Amino acid sequence: MNLDFSVIPAYLDVVLLGAVWTIAITVAAALLSFVGGIILAVIALYAPLVVRLPFRLFAWLFMGTPLLLQLFLIYFGLVQIGIDLPAFVAGVVGLGLHFAVYNSELIQTSILAVDRGQMEAARTLGLSRGQALRKVVVPQAVRDVIPPIGNNMIALLKDSALVSVIGVSELTLSAQLAIGRTYRPFEFYLLAAVVYYVINLGMEAVQRRIERRIAAAR
Amino acid sequence: MTEPKPFVNIRNAQKSYGTLEVLKDISLQVARGEIVAIIGPSGSGKSTLLRAINDLDPLTGGEVWLEDTQINKKLPHRQYEKHINQVRQDIGMVFQHFNLFPHLSVRENVTLAPKLLKGLSDDAAEALAREQLDKVGLLDRIDYYPSRLSGGQKQRVAIARALAMKPKVMLFDEATSALDPELVEEVNLVMKKLAEEHMTMIIVTHEMGFAETVCDRVIFMDKGVVVEEGPPSKIFRNPDNERTQNFLRKHLANANR
Ligand SMILES: Nc1ncnc2c1ncn2[C@@H]1O[C@H](COP(=O)(O)OP(=O)(O)OP(=O)(O)O)[C@@H](O)[C@H]1O
Ligand SMILES: [Mg+2]
Repeated sequence: MNLDFSVIPAYLDVVLLGAVWTIAITVAAALLSFVGGIILAVIALYAPLVVRLPFRLFAWLFMGTPLLLQLFLIYFGLVQIGIDLPAFVAGVVGLGLHFAVYNSELIQTSILAVDRGQMEAARTLGLSRGQALRKVVVPQAVRDVIPPIGNNMIALLKDSALVSVIGVSELTLSAQLAIGRTYRPFEFYLLAAVVYYVINLGMEAVQRRIERRIAAAR
Repeated sequence: MTEPKPFVNIRNAQKSYGTLEVLKDISLQVARGEIVAIIGPSGSGKSTLLRAINDLDPLTGGEVWLEDTQINKKLPHRQYEKHINQVRQDIGMVFQHFNLFPHLSVRENVTLAPKLLKGLSDDAAEALAREQLDKVGLLDRIDYYPSRLSGGQKQRVAIARALAMKPKVMLFDEATSALDPELVEEVNLVMKKLAEEHMTMIIVTHEMGFAETVCDRVIFMDKGVVVEEGPPSKIFRNPDNERTQNFLRKHLANANR
């Protein structure tokens, strides 16, 4: 065996900086995918057909094609039509929209599962349909969908490694950088894996806290 | 004798689901402060009629008026939505299954609509919530979530929530039917209190005893028509119509079983 972990300390700062970028991208994309998922779900369920159809196409595009291709399209493709996004932003947008579509599917199911009486009670008080959705139906739907969305967000963390291909020096790319200098792939990929795992644990802890807070309010 | 001008006025209400005629030309006038019970067998159209009043189940024919406003008037969609949201603020409704908002505390259940629709300040909303919850005897539950309340308490909160909009009329659709028998009385007491305050109420109910003591007038519906109406003493003790007699006899037999 030819393993030498003593090379790690010299590049630890590089890898940890990569980890910071990974966390930043994951958190930003997760927020986008959450808010975007709610908006997409409401559009899919309640918007008139002319609005719904293009969004349907959009959803199909994001679910039916590889995320890698979507990132390329957003980062390299959009430049041609004058939209030049920094790599980090392109990565967040790509990941965020991709997972927004998945979240939207969950949220739609959850909205439809909210008892019809909730909408009725809100409407009889004089709330408009939009107000009733915003204040009564969607909050309940979102509350019920937090656990499965949490799983999507773990997938998002793992897929964030893909943004290395458009040059965001997140965790995977940082590890590669260190490997390029030291020719020690096993050590640094292992290190990156450990760091991913730790971030993962952190996300699960956050999710548990959110679920506990929701449970307390029942 | 001069009739007082009707407060709620249902004129020639018709409702069909496809070929099923649920309401067949029903007219009903309710005066301000009057308390009307609607009774009748299951499927006779009681809920449909009640829900037509705030246009939750829109009629396929006929008119519903509250004072000088036609509730179900024909308007372009946008304008209609605005109109109906305004009208519904004046019509409180209480459902069989309470329909409290489970993600909101009792306080928030009561203040949601007034804050959103009347722009009440936090202080004013708090005072309103306390006033309404005190009225239904649940001030001490103001911080609870609905899941921690009994059925009777939930329904009292639902009543407080409706009252918080200061409605002109209250509609009750079998408000006590889903409750355990020992919890019925606390809800009935709240409704009696409203009656003493001369709230205009239209009450769909299977509780003949309650209807008899609280209501000014009883409407007996069957198969989408009003078969007979009159003061409770008349309808319950001495009904003219055979269908009314049959219904009450069956109902009594069931209740005593
Ligand atoms: N959305 C609907 N689609 C089709 N038929 C309906 C619908 N809603 C109600 N009905 C029918 O209309 C009739 C009247 O129903 P409604 O709920 O008004 O009766 P009800 O008098 O309130 O009965 P109950 O005492 O059981 O509550 C019933 O035959 C019912 O099946
Ligand atoms: Mg009914």
